[in-house]
Parts: sequence; C-alpha cells; structure tokens
Amino acid sequence: MSRWVRPLLVVVLALAYTGAILAQEKKEAPRNYGVGHLATPEQIAGWDIDVRPDGQGGPVGQGSVKDGEKVYLDKCAACHGEFGESAGRWPQLAQGKGTLASHDPVKTVGSYFPYLSSVFDYIRRAMPFGDAESLTNDELYAVTAYVLNLNDIVDDKFVLSKETWSKVKMPNEGAFFDDDREKSEKAFWNPNPCMKDCRGPVKITGRARAVDVTPDESTQKRGME
Amino acid sequence: MMGPFDTNRATRRHFIAGAAGLAAAGSASARADNVKNLPPNVADWTRQLGQAVGVRGYGNPSKYEKDVVRRTVPWLTATPESSVSFTPLHQLDGIVTPNGLCFERHHGGIAEIDPNDYRLMLHGLVDKPLIFTLDELKRLPRINKIYFLECAANSGMEWRGAQLNGCQYTHGMVHCVQYTGVPLKLLLEQAGLKPNAKWIMVEGGDAAAMNRSIPLNKALDDCMVAYRMNGEMLRPEQGYPVRLVVPGWEGNVWVKWLRRIKVGDLPWFTREETSKYTDLLENGRARQFTFVMDAKSVITSPSPQVPVKQKGFNVISGLAWSGRGRVKRVDISLDGGRNWRTARIDGPVFDKACVRFYYEVDWNGEELLLQSRALDDTGYVQPSKDALRKIRGVNSIYHNNGIQTWALKSDGEVENVEVG
Repeated sequence: MSRWVRPLLVVVLALAYTGAILAQEKKEAPRNYGVGHLATPEQIAGWDIDVRPDGQGGPVGQGSVKDGEKVYLDKCAACHGEFGESAGRWPQLAQGKGTLASHDPVKTVGSYFPYLSSVFDYIRRAMPFGDAESLTNDELYAVTAYVLNLNDIVDDKFVLSKETWSKVKMPNEGAFFDDDREKSEKAFWNPNPCMKDCRGPVKITGRARAVDVTPDESTQKRGME
Repeated sequence: MMGPFDTNRATRRHFIAGAAGLAAAGSASARADNVKNLPPNVADWTRQLGQAVGVRGYGNPSKYEKDVVRRTVPWLTATPESSVSFTPLHQLDGIVTPNGLCFERHHGGIAEIDPNDYRLMLHGLVDKPLIFTLDELKRLPRINKIYFLECAANSGMEWRGAQLNGCQYTHGMVHCVQYTGVPLKLLLEQAGLKPNAKWIMVEGGDAAAMNRSIPLNKALDDCMVAYRMNGEMLRPEQGYPVRLVVPGWEGNVWVKWLRRIKVGDLPWFTREETSKYTDLLENGRARQFTFVMDAKSVITSPSPQVPVKQKGFNVISGLAWSGRGRVKRVDISLDGGRNWRTARIDGPVFDKACVRFYYEVDWNGEELLLQSRALDDTGYVQPSKDALRKIRGVNSIYHNNGIQTWALKSDGEVENVEVG
C-alpha cells in the first residue's frame, strides 16, 4: 500500500463513520403540512399589543400625568376611586407600601407590580373594564403616568413615552423569585409517609359553619326545560 | 377586577355584614315516595308511552337532577364577568367532568366567537408568521388526551382556616376532560423557530385579552391547541372554538379563546404573572412562575353538601390529581391524620389527570375526621395545611394543596373543619 493510500483510507473510513452517526442523530425535518397562511405585517400590527419590561412592543405616543388625570377621572375613578383607593370591591391601585409582609397585604401598582410593562400592557389590553382597547396611545401613556404618580413613583410633571420608559423604577421589582418548591419544599417528597400513630390527639380548631359565608344553594338551580 | 382570590379582606367585610344567611349544608329536601309508583303497583312511566325521539335534540340531564349545577359565591368578586363558578364535585363520580359542569373562570365574560371569523396568529421569533382558520387547525394531525385543569386559586379561600362549607366551594375549581386538538409543537414547527426562541406568550381574544408567558420547553413538550372537549366542540365558557391545554400547570395559563401565540426570548411579566398568580410569602417576597399544580385530593362524598344518610355500609369517594405526573396512591384517614390506610383507585389512571378513589366503611355513627392524601409517581406526598403554612404563611392565595378535613357527626352531617 502506498504511503498515500493508507491515510486516505483512514480518512474515508472516518468520514463514513461520522456520516453514519450524523445520519442516525439527524432528526427528521418536521413536516410542513402546507396548512395556514402567511400573516401579513398589517394583520400582525393590529393584534401585536404586548409590551415587555424593557419597553419592547410599546406604541408611539406620550402622555403627561396632568393629561392622565383627566382620562383617569373620566374612565377609571368610578371603580378604582379618585386616588386609586378603590371604590368598593374593585382593585386598589395606590398605597399599600410596606404591607406585603403584614397580616393584611395590600397589592397595588406601587406596592406590588414589579414592572411598568405589567401595568401598561394590562391597561392597553383590558382597560377600561368593558371597553377594552379603546384608549388612544397618548391616553394610554397619560393614564399610566397618572397611576404611577398616584403611587409617588413619578412627579407631577412627568411625561411617559418610549423615551422616558426606562426612567421609571418600580419599588417592588426585586421582591420576586422563580419557583423554588422542589428545593424549599423538598420535605414533601417522601417515599414512605407515616401510616400509624402519625400525630398526637387531634382537636377541631376551626369550623366553616361558625364563619358562615357559604352561599344559599336553594337559589342556584338549573332552569326547567 | 378583583380576583376571586383577593378574599381576605372581602371575607372579613362579609363577616361583619353577616349577609350569607344560613349555611346551606345538606342535600335537596327529601321528597316523600309516591306509593302509586311502588310495588306492587305499576308505575306511571311503565303504563304510558314516553316522549318520542328527536324531541330532545340536545339531551339534558333528568329534571330530577336540576340542582346539579355550577354554583357561585357572589361575595367573592366585584363583578360576575370577572369571577368564578364552581364544579359540583360532590354530585359527580368517575374521572371525567361533564362539559356543562366544568368550573368557569373568566376575566372579561364569555367571548361568543363566530367560528368563521376565528383566527389564530403565530408570530414573533419564527421564520414564517402564520395565521390559521379553525378549519385549517382541524385539518392538521390531532391527538386525544385526558387532563385535569385546576385553577391556581382553588382552595385559596381556606388559607386562614375552614371557611366554605362544601367541596364544591373549597375544591370545585378543578375539572378533568378529554381534549382533542393539535400538538402545539406541530404548529410551532409549521412557523419554524428562530434559534434564540425561549418563551412564548399566549393571548386570548376575550375582553380581557388574557396573556401569559410559557417557557418554550413546555410548549414543545405536551401543550395542545384544543378545539374539542369530551368529543364535542369546546363550550363557549371553556374557550370556544380554541383553547390552550397546558397539562399539569395552573389553569390561568390554559388561555381560552386563544387568538395569538408570540415567540420571544424572555418572559413578558404580564399582569397575570406578576400582580396575580404569584405566591406572596410571609416575608413579603413572592414566588413567580409557579406553574405546576402539586398533588392534591379531596373526599367528595360524604362532604358538607352530601351528608351520610344511613349508618352501616358506606362508600367514601374522592378525586385526586397531580401536575407532576400520575397519582400513584391515595390514603384515607378517619381520625384527622393520626392513622392512614390506602384507598382503592378505580378507573383509568392517566398522567396529569384526575383519578377516582374509594374507601369502604361500616359506619356505626361515631364521629370521624375524614381526610385524604394523594401521592404521585415523583414521590410527592400531599402535605397537611399546617405543613404548607409553615413554609408559605397564609397570604399566598394560590397553590393551596393542603389536606382537607371533613368532620362527620353522629347525625350524618358533615362540616369543613380545621384541625390542630
């Protein structure tokens, strides 16, 4: 065998071997069923309303705290209260600072929401309740600015826009962490749970009837056909 | 909107108002037997012809079952459009929930979508943004799977102690249904994922345009874009014509009336995954993206709405489920958790689906403290409420899978109680 052939043979065999492995590992390309249509940029633009914490997706527009106050009083205050304090049972939007670790936590935009986008994206898609996606972009920026102002997050002169977006810092941003149950609740995994004499004497410490908040069922029946 | 789960204060207000009236425990009033229909007499329905075929184009349950309905707790929410109704678990058996009894949770009412005008948009970090009509979704390869769906806030009113007297209210935000639809993976493959794709955002077409972020791994694993439940098209309350199925994960991410899927590289941190559906701990910090529903079970009968009628032989019946896998075993305690014995699971056992369990007893009228605990195939054991509270406190609203206690009294009545 010439001194050329042997290395060549090695290379050829090696290539063949690699090829075989590649062929084995190569996943079958997903089948294209040819079902569905290309979405046009215009179609996407009409529905593409989500906004991320970094502001990606935010529309063109701007709104001041002052303009926002008008929008808010007109379209929001009836449920959320003039100062975000809630009118009745609707969500409270302001105050609640320092209550999260208490017996009675009050979760508001200022006390709980981690990002500006969490409130902005929500107003954009779902508010005013019953009249969703009706605000102009300027109204949306303005009313969000006003809610931030109610929470003392921005001052009275603030104008919210794509440009000022990153200036807004939400107070509770650092208070969230990813699901850690598999570590923090590891004790709940137990291949041999106790079956006999697992605890001391059992006492009843609370009763639903004493609380008495269960609805009257006689008022909730299927209509007769 | 106030979630049904911001209840701590609402509840207290309610105590003061005292507006609930008498707790409505117990079953519908027993009607006297009509001896005319009893042997040796021949019953009415035997002596005369019944209604013809076709009269009941879409059949309903017997008129004698009219109290088997979803029920609401009106004081729970500010408005019925953003609220919840509960599955009557105490009146059902087996593992499959009838379509009309599956609990409802809407954030902006029921969207009534004309199937001709339905569109699903799939875009973002994809090679080819796509739109599908309903007919197109139905042309694609489809699969059938039975899964439970539990609202993250199921049992959320019970963190601070026994509150609602009936498993319909304490545990009725769960149902188990067979879905037909397209694997989400297949749809994503039609669009082609960009290499930096890591998360998807799913969005509803209802008046709340509910949106949530889901990691791409889960989307490619077992999620489905479903259009049928238990064989028929989805009910409007359950997202007609198309909803997302996210096996084992909290109901809020199973977006109904699905109109859009956007592929991205980061989560969106939407209102529903920050302000809501995060689990506030005692120290004021909150867990986020707590998607998986841990193993849980409840005795559905006897329970406060269905007391024991007779001493002697009785069957204790209940439901168990786990978002981490299959339910492997269910144990029963008659003495508030001191001693346990293993119940019999009957019927099919599927991954991330409900299982039905039974435990047969001869009851001589002694007072019992009934409990059930589910074990799944990852080795997870449903914890006591106190064990959960030790780690999480009482403010987290969501993911309360603690062991439920029913006190069975000597007269057969059953009450939701807290034990210590």
